[in-house]
Amino acid sequence: MAESLNAKITALFDEPGCDANVAKGEKARKKGCSKPLQPGAAAGGCAFDGAKIALQPITDVVHLVHGPLACEGNGWDNRHAATSGPILYRIGATTDITETDIIMGNGEKRLYRAMREVIERYAPPAIIVYSTCVTALIGDDIGAVCRHATEKFGIPCIPVNAPGFVGSKNLGNKLAGEALLDHVIGTMEPEVSTPMDINILGEYNLSGELWQVKPLLEQLGIRLNACITGDARYHEVASAHRARVNMMVCSTALINVARKMEERWGIPYFEGSFYGIGDTSDALRTLARLLVAQGAGADLIERTEALIVAEEKRAWDRLEPYRERLAGKRVLLYTGGVKSWSIVSALQEMGMVIVSTSVRKSTDNDKQKIKDLMGGDAHMVDSIPPREMYAQLRRGDADILLSGGRTQFVALKARTPWMDINQERHHAFAGYDGMVTLVRELDTSLSNPVWEDVRRLAPWEQEDGEVGFDDEGVPALVPIG
Amino acid sequence: MATIIQRRKAVSLNPLKSSAPLGAALAYLGIEKGIPLFHGAQGCTSFALVLAVRHFKEAIPLQTTAMDEVATVLGGAPNLEEALLTLVRRMKPGFIGVATTALVETRGEDSEGDLRLILERNPELADTKVVLASTPDYAGALEEGWASATSAIIRSLVEPWSPSIRSFQQINVLPGVHQTPADIEGLREIIESFGFYPVILPDTSYSLDGHIADSWVPTSLGGTSLSEIANMARAVHTIAIGEHMRAPADTLTALTGVPATVFSTLTGLEPSDRLVSLLARLSLRPVPGRLRRHRAQLVDAMLDGHFHFGGKKVAIAADPDLLVSLSQFFSGMGASIVTAVASTGSNCNLKNIPVENVVVGDLMDLEDGAAQAGAELLVTHSHGRQAAERLGVPLMRVGFPIFDRLGVSHEETVGYRGTRSLIFRVANQFLGESHAHRPEDFGSAIPASAIITEEGRYASGTFATH
Repeated sequence: MAESLNAKITALFDEPGCDANVAKGEKARKKGCSKPLQPGAAAGGCAFDGAKIALQPITDVVHLVHGPLACEGNGWDNRHAATSGPILYRIGATTDITETDIIMGNGEKRLYRAMREVIERYAPPAIIVYSTCVTALIGDDIGAVCRHATEKFGIPCIPVNAPGFVGSKNLGNKLAGEALLDHVIGTMEPEVSTPMDINILGEYNLSGELWQVKPLLEQLGIRLNACITGDARYHEVASAHRARVNMMVCSTALINVARKMEERWGIPYFEGSFYGIGDTSDALRTLARLLVAQGAGADLIERTEALIVAEEKRAWDRLEPYRERLAGKRVLLYTGGVKSWSIVSALQEMGMVIVSTSVRKSTDNDKQKIKDLMGGDAHMVDSIPPREMYAQLRRGDADILLSGGRTQFVALKARTPWMDINQERHHAFAGYDGMVTLVRELDTSLSNPVWEDVRRLAPWEQEDGEVGFDDEGVPALVPIG
Repeated sequence: MATIIQRRKAVSLNPLKSSAPLGAALAYLGIEKGIPLFHGAQGCTSFALVLAVRHFKEAIPLQTTAMDEVATVLGGAPNLEEALLTLVRRMKPGFIGVATTALVETRGEDSEGDLRLILERNPELADTKVVLASTPDYAGALEEGWASATSAIIRSLVEPWSPSIRSFQQINVLPGVHQTPADIEGLREIIESFGFYPVILPDTSYSLDGHIADSWVPTSLGGTSLSEIANMARAVHTIAIGEHMRAPADTLTALTGVPATVFSTLTGLEPSDRLVSLLARLSLRPVPGRLRRHRAQLVDAMLDGHFHFGGKKVAIAADPDLLVSLSQFFSGMGASIVTAVASTGSNCNLKNIPVENVVVGDLMDLEDGAAQAGAELLVTHSHGRQAAERLGVPLMRVGFPIFDRLGVSHEETVGYRGTRSLIFRVANQFLGESHAHRPEDFGSAIPASAIITEEGRYASGTFATH
């Protein structure tokens, strides 16, 4: 592996902007944020996956994957990062290198030719090139190829050096952020620039969530300079350095970008969330405060408060009919990172009981937030083996499972309602409006008569107890007192 | 006879292929209490897993040796060993199928040798059958992976013929990767109706069909049992479907002496007739009434359906054997294949496709070809949706992956019954697209003299229809 990539990763593991990282000793810091993977019991994506997730939503560029088929072929066009215009980003482009390319060392040449073909066909404003395990292993220097291609074709060609084996998705997010810092952000100037310009970092516009938030900002006269990277255009990201405030929504995924933008261009940043009513209000408040501190008109704060009052009331009015139906319903929340704490507060606002929440991918900071919200740490679980989760749900320990696609079938096979709150979901849950959608979807799922029907035993099966179901030794989920 | 054109493009735009390890994983999922294990970085598994889950709408037990930077530099054998031990400890599978990925193959690791040593020194692994197939992502696609895995299973687990083995009324079936659980179920019924016991390898009919079980099963939910695999030498005949299953069939024949018949397709009246008469000959029984009835229904469906196929321009992109099968089906019903794109080019039947050129390429080749030829139907997997949207042409979803439709495991295409339902599916698709006639549809009815032509550039006939 190239030395520069090693140096980059080491540098990423030293993140003054991250409290968890600062608290670590010298040695622990070198190990990075994620635990070492256990062969045979690992789940989750690789660094390449993470890099792709972070950058793919840039809609008007071609994302070209330099590697064998599987890296792109098995995963392209699989997320619902929505676009308001260009659809070039949905094209799955890969060099699909063959055995001959590997043996003959033709990888770099093939990549260069591929870039030429892409430019000839689409003339995109930029190409983002991703390395993968195999091309990193055979020593293809995508940085050099991109430099050469940029010169030759006059179109920015951005190398993203995050081969899968270097680590987790989270590391890949950060390496993607580094690529933006090294090659994109600050390379162009915006057409207009106002004291009300902000960037949102780590928002990918999944199922169009950005558009649930954007109207709120517009109402306040806050201009979204760049969303990194949901529904973004290349020039927006390239001119992101002119914003006055950075809001970081996906916890620490792009913290390196936020911190370095502060160092380079003096843009203050804060971490906020648009999931949940209270969190949305807090985020708007902080945005207003920071913008005013950066020179925006002081009336912004007042206008923000007025908007919050009006929107919170409108949201609660719309939620009121559901409160009675949902209060006391028990939720098992099984997801990682940012979504846990932001959704916990949202559901508690509805009087629902969180019986347990996973903190697999959460940082210590996230955990503290959950602890504060739920009072004590008895209900945080690291991970639940599928078998155990199945038994808990089958026994009726929770009324609904909120998780990502991986555990969907644990719930469904246990004949328990399930709702997708991860990246593959089809509904948008952000802002005040998103909270109403989330609650409506929860209610739709919980009140479906199908649950009662599918739980019924066949007439010829024993009425008492179910055959072959074994939950011995599986701890029960305890509701919060 | 079609010319096979290997595109010399450096970039693949909108890949048609799914990777070979994924094909191997699907085969391993057709083994009872099985777990597929990818030997590579965790991302290889994660992408394949997500794709398989979206296709089958089922939990898929797919694991990884999770090679990190250190393993990439020093070698993956310790990861393979740890993964096997962990899987056996945590999930107690009966079978683990290892598929190598491009990462270990590029390193040039002797995974087969590593596995032998690992099995020798770990008595804990004695109760689990472990099989390894070499499936680098950079060679072949889904079919190659599925076939390599099946061959590996046969080589490691089938007991070779010996004088003590007695033949039973057993038929071995080696289905191709394009056979759905419903196809396999249908084949089983046909074979059973002649009094045979079918041993199907791999058998996804009860592991990937989607059903609710009594408890949580961390391994595959059904599939060929290990004892059935061991006893494949007992059969009187082996039926393999698709050219990609010829190598596994040959391996099985060499090992057991059981003769094999490879069907290039089982979709259509004639191929179904050949299957049924083979079974009738082997069993010395008359064709059961139910099959005769199914045949009569198929013939009727062909008559009702041919109105809607005739003259239709169809563009197909698929893995080679599925492409061969569907092309034969569509052209047999009177449609013309205007564009044919295959994911890989080694299948010898590709040249028999009734089309001028078979392009070995991607979905952009399909899109370009379909646009140029004015295709009226696109036939490929779900990723064809982008092309369908851009061209405004309906998409019929076939093969893998199909992630935006339900019930794909229950779509049947083999035998009389499967062909019948396929005809209806396609015909209904065309019926749904049919529109009320309007005056402008009849441009060619205008007498030639009334047309103002640019001199010498258009032949009057072709101009008038456009």
